[in-house]
Amino acid sequence: MDFTYTILIPLIPLAVFLILGINALKIKENVAGIVGVGGLLASTILSFYTAFQYFFKVGKVDGVYQTFVEKTVWMNFTDTLAIDMGVLIDPISVMMLVVVSTISLMVHLYSRGYMHGDQGFTRFFAYLSLFSFSMYGLVLATNLFQIYIFWELVGVSSFLLIGYYYTKPSAVAASKKAFIVTRFADFGFLMGVLMIGYYTGTFDFMALNNPAALQDLSSPIMQYSGITFMGFSVITTALVLIFAGGAGKSAMFPLHIWLPDAMEGPTPVSALIHAATMVVAGVYLVARLFPMFYFVEDGIALQVVAYVGGFSSLFAALIALTQHDIKRILAFSTMSQIGYMMMALGISGYGGVEGLGFTASMFHLFTHAMFKALLFLGAGSVIHAVHSNVLQEMGGLRKYLPITHITFLIAALAIAGVPPFAGFFSKDEILAAAYESNRLLFWVEWTVAGLTAFYMFRLYFGIFWGKERVYKHTPHESPLSMTLPLMFLAIVSAVAGFVPFSQFVSPDLAGYTTHIHMNIAAMSVGVGVLGIAIAWIMYKKETDIADKISSAFGFLYKWTYNKFYFDEIYLFVTREIIFKRIAQPFAWFDKKIVDGTMNLIGNSTVDISKKIKGAQSGKVQDYAFAFVSGVVIMVMVFIYFMN
Amino acid sequence: MEQIIFYILAFIMVFFAIASVSSRKILRAVVYLLFVLIGIAGFYFLIDYNYLAAIQLTVYAGGIIVLFIFSVLLIHHIDAEIEVATLARRILVGLASLIGAGLTLSVIWAHPFVVAENSTKPTEVREIGLGMLSYGEGGYILPFEVISILLLAAMIGAIIVAKGTRLTLKD
Amino acid sequence: MIPGVSIYEILTVTTLLFFIGIYGFVTRKNLISILLSVELMLNAVAVNFVVINKYLYPDMLQGVYFSVFIIAVAAAETALAISIIINLYRLATSVEVKATETMKY
Repeated sequence: MDFTYTILIPLIPLAVFLILGINALKIKENVAGIVGVGGLLASTILSFYTAFQYFFKVGKVDGVYQTFVEKTVWMNFTDTLAIDMGVLIDPISVMMLVVVSTISLMVHLYSRGYMHGDQGFTRFFAYLSLFSFSMYGLVLATNLFQIYIFWELVGVSSFLLIGYYYTKPSAVAASKKAFIVTRFADFGFLMGVLMIGYYTGTFDFMALNNPAALQDLSSPIMQYSGITFMGFSVITTALVLIFAGGAGKSAMFPLHIWLPDAMEGPTPVSALIHAATMVVAGVYLVARLFPMFYFVEDGIALQVVAYVGGFSSLFAALIALTQHDIKRILAFSTMSQIGYMMMALGISGYGGVEGLGFTASMFHLFTHAMFKALLFLGAGSVIHAVHSNVLQEMGGLRKYLPITHITFLIAALAIAGVPPFAGFFSKDEILAAAYESNRLLFWVEWTVAGLTAFYMFRLYFGIFWGKERVYKHTPHESPLSMTLPLMFLAIVSAVAGFVPFSQFVSPDLAGYTTHIHMNIAAMSVGVGVLGIAIAWIMYKKETDIADKISSAFGFLYKWTYNKFYFDEIYLFVTREIIFKRIAQPFAWFDKKIVDGTMNLIGNSTVDISKKIKGAQSGKVQDYAFAFVSGVVIMVMVFIYFMN
Repeated sequence: MEQIIFYILAFIMVFFAIASVSSRKILRAVVYLLFVLIGIAGFYFLIDYNYLAAIQLTVYAGGIIVLFIFSVLLIHHIDAEIEVATLARRILVGLASLIGAGLTLSVIWAHPFVVAENSTKPTEVREIGLGMLSYGEGGYILPFEVISILLLAAMIGAIIVAKGTRLTLKD
Repeated sequence: MIPGVSIYEILTVTTLLFFIGIYGFVTRKNLISILLSVELMLNAVAVNFVVINKYLYPDMLQGVYFSVFIIAVAAAETALAISIIINLYRLATSVEVKATETMKY
């Protein structure tokens, strides 16, 4: 089977980006919308066709999914080390194609309604297309360097889209923050990529992910693994550095600070980039290199992934409890759920049922993309209706926004892990995998499941129930272009759990059968329902229980409300320590010594020439005088001093 | 006799030369220059080059000075005072000129010229004419013709330049 | 040669004329005056040619020829210079040197 045509999947959005971007000022809103949606629709159709072909027709040979690679050498460094460009078709990349296409198409459709009448409508669609192109390229990358290139491209698109309202200072600050923090993390990624290239002699995923070669310390790619750096093999160090890049993009602790601020972007952007696709790129990256993470030095790097993921999920869930901005609650929820996925990857094994964690992580990525995008789009619909982000200014909206209400409820139930919605199945698999391999992380995640259910329903009750506020305009339901994606995603969120995911996605590509783990399911559903029940009591009707509790835990409440003061710590470290103690002396040295020397040369030349330019008066007489005087002096010298 | 005439001529030349470069009235400066040129012509007579003296008088006194006066009258009021350099500059330049003159004179006076004493034969115009048109050794036919071309070119050039843009605009 | 007058005295006079010309050339600010000074210098040099010819090589006429050429070139030069001055006056309504400084620096 030839999958060369999949190259069109990223190229179509690129073409759309170029068309819309170059003519951003000329193209009218409706044309831009049609071109943007049309381009993405083509990519989506191709993606689904690819998925259908791959999973059901040609992918499986003797029960094992094959990997198809179409590539061409782009840059040749040595005989063995080259950067290729191409497409790689395997279960997770096809799965990601489906996710990206679905969410992106829904967001494109939704944006036509949400951004209607905005001045930069065409620009917005151009950025969205650029993002889609980058994300497809990232997903289909055949080697580490290609994924790095597209990794930076999604970073740029994210930067552009967060800063879309560039007249708003907070949006500009947020876009800068997101870009700098992720760039900082990407530096680790780049270091890791270069180390891998240097020590293994290849960037290619197919060569790197070969379990036999990874286990054989004399194989070409492992021949230098004996070299150690800070007590670990260089390969492990490189993997940890790569994970740092992934953690930056996926907003893992401690590089999470940009994600909440990124909510300054338009809501569809938050749904597409900061909930469903780009932020899971880190998870995808680890999954892409999963055999390496698992086999190199008995998975030390994987342990790091597991604990960072587990801690991040708990940390973010705690912060989400107390936030007031509905988009920020969702942002922290996203961070928490990505922590789930990372943790699941981290505790996963390899081969058969052992690989449940990997499968569960990908499964959760899939389902989470659907219901989190739905939550964001629903939140966007609410914001569209009441023109506010703040939870306290909402309430009783279920009468005004019936479709948004129902779809939001479905998404909330899904994320809370209530059967039969999608989140239940993926979360159950994650918890089951954690239960088998790491009890500590299992209990952490179990707690997080309860917290998730609580804060999601705090949000739900806060928006749609409770006391009705006084609104400037009577809220009204969003137009069909916005509610249609909501309904579609709601259906997907409701039924996606029944996809037999383990048949398709597993670390060793073989596929296996899973069943629902009743004990764990009971526990997780129990804690989820408990969370919902508490939220019901506290927020269904306007009560003062919440205030009482928050004042009782005043100190803790303040900590979580201020996100454990992480922004302040970062500011302190960057401003007080890095800027003042390190950067300023360097800047001083650069300005005064390095620039100073150069400027001195230049300035003195200019000064001297300014002083002596009077001699070039342009008057023949002055020149004649100089000439005569010179002749007189020279003759005098010759006559009286030379003899 | 010749000695006295020479000294008178020398005095006239130097005096009017100084007057010419220091006068603030341009027309007067031109006239002073005329006196200097006439003095030089007289000097040529004295030295027995009558032909040169005649040229000096006709070309310089008759042609060039008239040209000067003509242009002065075209672009100046007769009694317009012209701007001169600052005193400091005049002193500085004067000093430099004096030093230069002193230096040159000291060199000249220190140099032992071998003067041919016996020659007093008068120079004939015929000889000059033959030398000018001679194309043998030591003949000046080529420079002579070049000068004629130069004069023609100067004439045409002067007409075109002085006519200014009007001539070229018609093309 | 002039009886009773040595070559030194004549050369002294021409030297003085030449340096007076230089003084005028540098100090004057009017183009016509500058041209006058140039004429002074040219004449001083022409006299030098003649005198040296007469005193040192009385049988030759080279100095005379050069004087004639100098007079011819001076005539050409003056004619051109004055036409340029007139044209300049038409452009700048001035014949002061400072009016022609636009090409300075």
